[in-house]
Amino acid sequence: MQKTLLQLSFIVFILPLCSFLFLIFFGKKLRAEIFATSVIAVTFLLSIFIATIKFLSFPQETFHYSFSWINFPIKIETGILLDNPAAIMLVIVTFISFLVHLFSIEYMKGDVRYSRYFSYLGFFTTSMLGIILTDNLFTMYMFWELVGISSYLLIGHWYEKTSAANASKKAFIVNRIGDVGMFIGIMLLWNNFHTLTFEGIFSSLNTIENTSLLTVAGLLLFCGAIGKSAQFPLQVWLPDAMEGPTPVSALIHAATMVAAGVYLVLRIFPLLTIEALTVIAYIGAVTAFIAATIAVVQTDIKKILAYSTISQLGYMMLGLGSLGYTAGFFHLVTHAIFKAGLFLGAGSVIYAMHNSIQALHHTKNHDVDAQNIFFMGGLKKKMPITFWTFLMCTFALTGIPLTSGFLSKDEILTSALVFGNHTNNFLLPLLAFSTVMLTSFYMFRLIIVAFLGNHIDEKRIEHIHESPKVMLVPLIVLAVLSFFVFYSFNPFSVSNSWFTKIITLPRSLISTYLPEHRKFAVTPHQQIHTLAMVVSFGATLLGILFAFLLYYWKKISPQKIAQKSRLLYSFFSQQWYFDRFYNIFVVKGTLAFSKIFSWFDVKVIDGCVNGTAVLFQKISFVSGKFDSIIVDGIVNFIAYFSGMLGLGLRKIQTGKVQTYIALVIVGILILFFVYK
Amino acid sequence: MQFTFLNIGILTWLTFLPLVGMLCIFFLPQKKSQLAKWITLGCTTIQLLLATIIYIKFDRTLAGVNSIEGMQFKEIFPWISINSTEWFGKISIQYFLGIDGLSVPMILLTAIISFIAVLASWKIEKSVKGYFSLFLLLNTGMFGVFVALDFFLFFIFWELMLLPMYFLIGVWGGERREYAAVKFFLYTLFGSVLILLVMLALYFSVTVTDAITGEKMHTFNMLAMMNPQNFENNSLLFGLHTYWRYIAFIALFIGFAIKLPLFPFHTWLPDAHVEAPTAISVILAGILLKMGGYGLVRIALPIFPDAAIHYVYPIAFLGFINIVYGALCAMAQKDFKKLIAYSSVSHMGIVVLGIAALNTQGMVGAMLQMFNHGTITAMLFVIVGVLYDRTHTRQISEFGGLMNKMPKYSALVVIAFFASLGLPGLSGFISEAFSFLGAFQTHQWLTIASTSGIVLTAAYMLWTFQRVYLGTLPEKWNSLQDISKRELLMLVPLAIIIIFLGIYPTPMLELMNTSVNALVEMVKVK
Repeated sequence: MQKTLLQLSFIVFILPLCSFLFLIFFGKKLRAEIFATSVIAVTFLLSIFIATIKFLSFPQETFHYSFSWINFPIKIETGILLDNPAAIMLVIVTFISFLVHLFSIEYMKGDVRYSRYFSYLGFFTTSMLGIILTDNLFTMYMFWELVGISSYLLIGHWYEKTSAANASKKAFIVNRIGDVGMFIGIMLLWNNFHTLTFEGIFSSLNTIENTSLLTVAGLLLFCGAIGKSAQFPLQVWLPDAMEGPTPVSALIHAATMVAAGVYLVLRIFPLLTIEALTVIAYIGAVTAFIAATIAVVQTDIKKILAYSTISQLGYMMLGLGSLGYTAGFFHLVTHAIFKAGLFLGAGSVIYAMHNSIQALHHTKNHDVDAQNIFFMGGLKKKMPITFWTFLMCTFALTGIPLTSGFLSKDEILTSALVFGNHTNNFLLPLLAFSTVMLTSFYMFRLIIVAFLGNHIDEKRIEHIHESPKVMLVPLIVLAVLSFFVFYSFNPFSVSNSWFTKIITLPRSLISTYLPEHRKFAVTPHQQIHTLAMVVSFGATLLGILFAFLLYYWKKISPQKIAQKSRLLYSFFSQQWYFDRFYNIFVVKGTLAFSKIFSWFDVKVIDGCVNGTAVLFQKISFVSGKFDSIIVDGIVNFIAYFSGMLGLGLRKIQTGKVQTYIALVIVGILILFFVYK
Repeated sequence: MQFTFLNIGILTWLTFLPLVGMLCIFFLPQKKSQLAKWITLGCTTIQLLLATIIYIKFDRTLAGVNSIEGMQFKEIFPWISINSTEWFGKISIQYFLGIDGLSVPMILLTAIISFIAVLASWKIEKSVKGYFSLFLLLNTGMFGVFVALDFFLFFIFWELMLLPMYFLIGVWGGERREYAAVKFFLYTLFGSVLILLVMLALYFSVTVTDAITGEKMHTFNMLAMMNPQNFENNSLLFGLHTYWRYIAFIALFIGFAIKLPLFPFHTWLPDAHVEAPTAISVILAGILLKMGGYGLVRIALPIFPDAAIHYVYPIAFLGFINIVYGALCAMAQKDFKKLIAYSSVSHMGIVVLGIAALNTQGMVGAMLQMFNHGTITAMLFVIVGVLYDRTHTRQISEFGGLMNKMPKYSALVVIAFFASLGLPGLSGFISEAFSFLGAFQTHQWLTIASTSGIVLTAAYMLWTFQRVYLGTLPEKWNSLQDISKRELLMLVPLAIIIIFLGIYPTPMLELMNTSVNALVEMVKVK
């Protein structure tokens, strides 16, 4: 059975790849959407089968198959590691991927690169499944990058648009910055363990005496998660990534790829020291808070959801960082479902808005933005199914009781409270609870402005229709799955649910955990849990109340608040100036450096080369002159002198005997006087 | 193991077949000068076949490097033997060819790239006969360098390449071709002088006993030079860690570094590339640069392991500079071809860093990187060439939106670009990862600093990709044609190699395995 499950997992992994390759070459010749969707449906069914068998028959086992891929110069063994988290992720990824395929059939209809779009979806799914199933850091890094590239391709699907091309480039590069950190971490681990399989590393953890090395390695690996899961300070790429088609945002930038960072932390959990975990918890909490404050002032429906995604990913990190292994992963699962629902709901809204704008295109509606919530309003009446499903997912996101989000968020808040309490990091729960309030505020702001009230344009609302069935089915399914009952029969606690039974803190926690940490990590905290539940529910209600006060009953004017606290408002609406900061210091800085270096190269280095050439030219000129004037001059002078001498002497060669005799006599006389 | 045809060994055939082709071209009547292309194509095809035979028959378990028994497909004949004056001794130069795991990847690369380059030259119309005879001469020089094991012979081949390269750039090149050709020639010649000096110093320091006559004599045999016992007492390069050995190593290193090219000796490269015709750029980046790296691992390291260890940090530092400096310079370029040229500088820095690791991972990474860079950059230069043929411009700012206009071409561009930025699944990643992994053990901080090159490469590659292929198409290129069958024949095989080695690099790795291990052992002992 074990073998069969592993083989099936491999098939699940390879099928979307086949779909990708097939569609790349033959996509235009057949109905790409049907092909891709049926392939993904098969993988989904297989995943369900794998997970069911796994949970029912082998809840505690870990299945592992590995083969050596590269033997030289380093032995890289790769293989499939099928444990409970992997099985759950398999189902989540293929499930959301399937729904997104289904949704896209209608949503992307008529697109110029329709088949290309579906093939890329397959490529993404394969890469993501690779991350989930792989058993070592090296191949995980490879799939990590492949996920990055498929995200690049999908964000830039409409690459004719400059903004889309820019966004895809930004996403890849920002991710790569995190990946470089991860790669350094991998090198560090390989240097110390000489293996990169999770099993190998974890089994020799005890041999490492220097725990600061583990802290550094863990945090370096976490850099990869910071990039992929859009954590502070690399969160800037995710909002821009909304340039991609909305179903892509649902699949990649909400439910699955961004969760890869969380999954990575989960995978490397045993090697994370308490110090590393604390850093992770802080990063998560800060991210959650920052993103929520920005979401409050956004007007683009997808941007609001994007910031909310960043914020929720921060929660997951906070949960994991505060030793809430189960809580963090649980939130990943529930969030994947309801956030995909929200994004697809937004897609449905945008689709309707877009069609209405196109229908009225002959009039003067050029400046209407299909994604701005303030151009919407009153959609509830026209799109009831979209509205109700959206509302259900919003309930889950904000943590209203009886939803899945309520369960998972409370787990995280409990962990944060316990951890903060035990380690004196009180900022962690503080940030977490303030984010709860902000979350419910911005989500209900979105609901009120976009769905309730009246539409701002009477004519346009006539052209808004509910989306076709193939788009609504995924919405309904996801909304239904946001109920608590699928995760735990007790609506207020997951402590006895199937999920907590199969996802437990790894037993091999490293020795560096202080005993008290170990204790509070595994014991339930009933009282604190109740406290967290009450406080968070209060905060949620408060947020909703504010949203209604401001946008529904309009008791307080949001414009006035914005004006009064202008500084704070622009600080939030400018995303805390992250983008501007990076643009000036990183992008412009690098470009300036590149210009300087290029100048240096041409002027200084090549200048030296050319200078040497010119110098030698000059030297050769001088030596040429020397040659022609002095050396040759001497030669010519001697010749000239001899010639002149000859000319002079010729004068006495008269040929007359008398002259010669006279000369002889003169000579004899001279000799006579000389030798007297 | 020996493969002969007409009593002539396979390596000789491989090396001198182009000269036969050249002779044929000489006797071609002017009217049929187009036949020269076919003759050249025939030669390179046969070479490709020979290289395949070598690949198949090559014994992966023999190390070679410094042991004559480990060398395969050997051919040893006395070539020049003169009884000279007493102080000079007997001059004996051997015709000594042989290959091991260090040379086989390079031979494969040379065969592949030459074949591609012939196809890339197909559109040459200016004095076809001259071009292709020079091309074939160049080809002989290139193969010669990779198979020669006698230093003198090696040097002859090394110099032999200069002449055809000079004319190929200087006659068939772009606007500033004369400047570029002269610069290339003089620069390389400067390096050659240094190599020549070291070669002579080695010659006078090394003494071996003639197996037949028992006579003591100097030799140019590289393998003999690698054995410290052969150095005569009190000769110039005798001993280990001596002053003169350091100087000799530096001279040799600079000689090879110019070819590599290593900062600050790299400025001939952008000029030569920009001016050279596409095919010559392909050869230049695909093969000629590799000779620098090959020279380091074949000659400089095994003969002067002590000096190599002594200078390993500066060498690694130069590698780091190359990576970052090349990437930053590439980012600032406005000329597409110049950008690719600088990206070569950056990627060859990884080779140097890998070599400076002085361990198996790094060296294998470096050797593999040479092969992979050869294929990837060849592809990139063909890509630029395809554009230039159609538009007669290389300014990045003139392009945009080509993706929609030339879909087949752009798909191949995607592969080449992503391979160049080190995407896993494509060959560049494996070699980069191994080089960095190896270097990390020896030079932790330098390697960490070098990894910034990974981000920079992604940045300039994607930026270029966006500017040329994404966005909207300028109207003037509305009539652009997608690539032809001939161009596909150049790009597709390279793409296949890149993808294959990215997924399964073992066939290439197992070629080098034993030899690199032996080389690392040699360096470690000192």
